[in-house]
Amino acid sequence: MMWRLLLLASVLLLAAVPQESMAQGSGPTPELANRQLTNPAQEKAATQVMHALRCIQCQGQSIADSDAPMAATMRAEVRQQIADGKKPDAIRQWMIERYGEWVSFEPDMKGSGLLLWAAPLLLLLLGLFMARGLFRRKS
Amino acid sequence: MIAETGLAALWLAAAMALLQLVGGLTLLRGEGKLTPLIKPAALVQGALCVVSFASLMWLFYVTDLSVLLVASNSHIDKPLIFKLAGTWGNHEGSMLLWVSVLSLSGAAIALLEKRIDTRTLNATLAVQAFVALGFFAFLLFSSNPFERLVPAPVEGAGLNPLLQDIGLAFHPPTLYIGYVGLSVAFSFAVAAMLTGQVGPAFARAMRPWVLGAWIFLTVGITAGSYWAYYELGWGGWWFWDPVENASLMPWLAATALLHSVSVLATRNALRAWTIMLALVAFAMSMAGTFLVRSGILTSVHAFAVDPERGSFILALMLMYTSLAFLVFATRIGTVKQGEPFQIVSREGGIVANNIFLSVILAIVLIGTLYPLAAETMGDKISVGPPYFNKATAPIALLLMVALLLGPMLRWRRDELKRHKYWLVGFFAISLWTGVAIWRFVPGVGVFPILGLALSLALAIAAWVPLKGRKLLRTPLPVFGMVVAHFGLAVSVFGMAAESGFSRETLTALAPGESAKVADWQVKLDDVRPVVGDNWVAIEGQLIARNGDKKFILRPQSRQFYRPEQQTSEAALLTRWNGQLYAVIAQPDENGDGRWQVRLWWKPFVTFIWFGGLLVALGGAISLLGRMFRRPKKPAVNKWAQA
Amino acid sequence: MGAGMNRTWLLWLPLAVVAFIGGLAIYGLVVPKDDMVHSAMVGRKLPEFALPPATVGVAGLSNRDLADGKPRLLNIFASWCIPCKAEAPYLEALKKSGAEIDAIAIRDKPEDVAAFLAEFGNPFRRIGSDNEMAVQLKLGSSGVPETYVIGGDGTILYQHIGDIRAEHVPMLLEKLREAQ
Repeated sequence: MMWRLLLLASVLLLAAVPQESMAQGSGPTPELANRQLTNPAQEKAATQVMHALRCIQCQGQSIADSDAPMAATMRAEVRQQIADGKKPDAIRQWMIERYGEWVSFEPDMKGSGLLLWAAPLLLLLLGLFMARGLFRRKS
Repeated sequence: MIAETGLAALWLAAAMALLQLVGGLTLLRGEGKLTPLIKPAALVQGALCVVSFASLMWLFYVTDLSVLLVASNSHIDKPLIFKLAGTWGNHEGSMLLWVSVLSLSGAAIALLEKRIDTRTLNATLAVQAFVALGFFAFLLFSSNPFERLVPAPVEGAGLNPLLQDIGLAFHPPTLYIGYVGLSVAFSFAVAAMLTGQVGPAFARAMRPWVLGAWIFLTVGITAGSYWAYYELGWGGWWFWDPVENASLMPWLAATALLHSVSVLATRNALRAWTIMLALVAFAMSMAGTFLVRSGILTSVHAFAVDPERGSFILALMLMYTSLAFLVFATRIGTVKQGEPFQIVSREGGIVANNIFLSVILAIVLIGTLYPLAAETMGDKISVGPPYFNKATAPIALLLMVALLLGPMLRWRRDELKRHKYWLVGFFAISLWTGVAIWRFVPGVGVFPILGLALSLALAIAAWVPLKGRKLLRTPLPVFGMVVAHFGLAVSVFGMAAESGFSRETLTALAPGESAKVADWQVKLDDVRPVVGDNWVAIEGQLIARNGDKKFILRPQSRQFYRPEQQTSEAALLTRWNGQLYAVIAQPDENGDGRWQVRLWWKPFVTFIWFGGLLVALGGAISLLGRMFRRPKKPAVNKWAQA
Repeated sequence: MGAGMNRTWLLWLPLAVVAFIGGLAIYGLVVPKDDMVHSAMVGRKLPEFALPPATVGVAGLSNRDLADGKPRLLNIFASWCIPCKAEAPYLEALKKSGAEIDAIAIRDKPEDVAAFLAEFGNPFRRIGSDNEMAVQLKLGSSGVPETYVIGGDGTILYQHIGDIRAEHVPMLLEKLREAQ
């Protein structure tokens, strides 16, 4: 029985002081990283922005879906700026100013991004164009 | 000795494939001397592959550690089921499984296929052998599963514990079998182009393979989505990650192909479309494999990255697809235009289906490759969920509109006014649902509203094709179609409900404190340590109340060592109308003894996967119908009354 | 898609698409992938910040300290980061060659920073502590270690991602000279 207690105690210790301290350091998580804004409309806007921003330290996840410390910092920043009354698009631009277009999961509708956004419509037209010969007019 | 037998069988099987290919080449200039050998060679090749795969399985069963693959992927103490699953739970073994299923399919075609003419059959087997040869070369030259290890170790390295999951043991082979089915469709299509026999007989021969492949892909994607949902711990069920897209694209192509091949089989129309889709579906399955293995795109699921093998698969993919599309460009002109039809007809509906699915496929492909293309220009950009959702959702909704009406239309030509009551009915249901949600639930996005509205209409529309039929006399494929379309409605309902009505609560709780999410009151009762094989965890005990009902959830935050990794094990409480999803994180550094708790209420989220399974079930019913109703030998013009 | 003569070009479209995708894929395989996330702040003024000292006996760091007319290096490090230990001798070498170096410690504890400095030396003039990574975010920095070249007027001139190795020392000194 004694060894079991010892084991549990050591596990608790291991778990409570995560090895994170080796891989990612330790520091306080910013307050707003994991706290919702009290205004539901603001929280919703913030959530949308967070889902559209790419985590810097992980592979292809959004900052809303990541446990990385940097993602936490970015979430807190997004919520803070929303709470300060900043528009979602301005926040996205703020992030792009720091990390480049890469940080946004949603390319701008300009330049090369224009082609990306026009693609659905162009493809639909191409499909219709290819299909038009199949149909017979009513006789 | 067993390993050497397996390797020898593999070499011999490759030789058989070569023989079939050479026989096929002589076929191009009329009947050659080798032509009669093609069929027997296909049978022998299948048998040899069974021997080879069985050998590898035996080696894993006895844990023969003198074989490199066994030593590096198994362990003497592993449970039997994981030992056996270890056969294909690695690159070499999965490729051997792939080529074995491919060869067995060839043997099955050689043995059973009676609907198409001998020339096309032989050509199909030759193309099939050509595809197999590439994979044989891949196995024998760069991924030999039977390589010996000298000296043999005593224990074996074991499989990555994260991958020791029964779901993961069966997920990749499910997708692979789907891909193999698509390669069979590819072989049929190329052969039919070469012999000029693109017609109903060819379509009937190809259809069961497409259907079978599609069932496996549907199950594979559904399972993969659920896995990501409970495993990644963020409540999402589709992340538009390159690896997910790689599995979605072949499915989209196969779905379009499945519909157009039916038109070709029944009505002898859409000939070039069908061929084209068969080629695209196969190309997408290879592209998917390449994207997963090569690591050229950044993915959350980067388990199996190996650039060298990626290049091999790329070379194979480029060779097969460019040859096939070359044949397409030069030969499809000789394929006569199919039977004509009017725009308002069953065929017209299926053309709409094909266009919408192809457009979605193209969007996914473009979005996935866009960052790579931008990189060649020196731009670093990301294309993620916001783009994919916005770009594909409208097309998917158009697809659903087409689906409301399409299945009840007559072949060849129909009048919309014949169906005006249904049309008005569906419109009324959709409009009423949409307006009701928009009016009474604030803040729901436009896509979830439209998705819910259309899925309700579709849930009814799906059953209309059974109207006026004697149920006992109704062919199974009709039931299959109805079930599959209903399944789609169920799945879309789940997606729309989840994305429009989910509630999220992020909070930090000390034991004894409570939080609220939707109608649930959730109390953090206790936090305690748990020990696993190679991890330690903290486990939260949450008590969730809704009315007088009380439930216990136990999410964990696990700390793995070797390799050091932290994972969240979500706890799910499933109710008929949704799931309560709870995650606990490591203690808050702010240091007041609280624990990070994330709670979601996801209404009807399980419908997403139930719907997916229903879709697959519909496919299975349809396949049964196709397999057990022996069709009379198709006379040249019989299709007209089918 | 029939076989109409006027649309034969469409038949070649799939082949063209395959060729394009093949080209892209080959490019992806051949050209080594740049996994680093570069800061878009290069060429711009430092953001405003004021960080407390990272441990006892060192000075904290604010953006004004970095804009005192003299070009300098700004090193982002942490005691828990292994490459930071590897680059310590080269920071020392840079300092010996006349570079002035300030630093920001990320998610670190004062006692850990002190132990790190005791073991690997202290080439830094000032060390600010960025516990919440807030300044790191403002700088567009994505990890540790990173080293910035800062102009005398507080402009970010260059970002070096990853640990400094022997071959980077002359390059960084050159950048500092250019900044004069």
